[in-house]
Amino acid sequence: MVAQNIAFGLTALAMAVGAIRVVTTKNVVHAALWLVLVLSGVAGIFVLLAAEFVAVVQVIVYIGAIVVLFLFGIMLTRAPIGHDAELDNDQRWASLIIGLVLFGVLASVLARAFGRQHVNAPAVQRTAAVADSVFTTYVVPFEVVSLVLLAALVGAVVIARRD
Amino acid sequence: MLLNQFLFLGAFLFCTGVYGVLARKNAVLVLMSVELILNAVNINFVAFGAFRNTVAGQVFALFVIAVAAAEVGVGLAIVLLIYRNRRSVDLTEVDLMKG
Repeated sequence: MVAQNIAFGLTALAMAVGAIRVVTTKNVVHAALWLVLVLSGVAGIFVLLAAEFVAVVQVIVYIGAIVVLFLFGIMLTRAPIGHDAELDNDQRWASLIIGLVLFGVLASVLARAFGRQHVNAPAVQRTAAVADSVFTTYVVPFEVVSLVLLAALVGAVVIARRD
Repeated sequence: MLLNQFLFLGAFLFCTGVYGVLARKNAVLVLMSVELILNAVNINFVAFGAFRNTVAGQVFALFVIAVAAAEVGVGLAIVLLIYRNRRSVDLTEVDLMKG
């Protein structure tokens, strides 16, 4: 349990730093690279919770595909690459207050609701159980998600196409 | 491990993402902040799934990942269209509907 807590602490620290840098850095490409750190941290958290399959999907889909898509978006919109630029609007301080208040509310509610309840050390498991669940209990949402992906694919092509 | 340590991490990521959505003016950076929010939700799903000893949390995390992929695809296509029409992705300039 101690080892898990140390691993959690290090991962959470890296994720916190990365997340703050994503929303504060003045370099667009650096924001995408800090996002990679946060996404890897999320994958690490999934491993800690014994959700290996979700962790691997996280790495493949987020780091492999979505971050690359972001980098393409940065290049195609000719964002100011390589030098610093003003990327924040003038609502920054109001946004900071909103974020802090929201975190305070969420933290107090969570501390009150879940106190010191433990997550049981999850047994080694259960990708087969995930697959069983996807293809039996959740087969209708699964099919709907595949339709959503198809619609998004076609929609992205239609929207971004040059006529 | 406490359940709350995962929930607090999720809450922190969520609030950071909210700050990013509100404070950034480059549209691509706003989409990145939305990804932070979605990842916070995923952490909560998987943590509650482990807490209640069910795989439903993992299944819904997978669904969220799929929907996030679709969202980024369509979102970046829209950003690209804004760039093509206005030569800029500065969201403070996209104010046609402002009174």
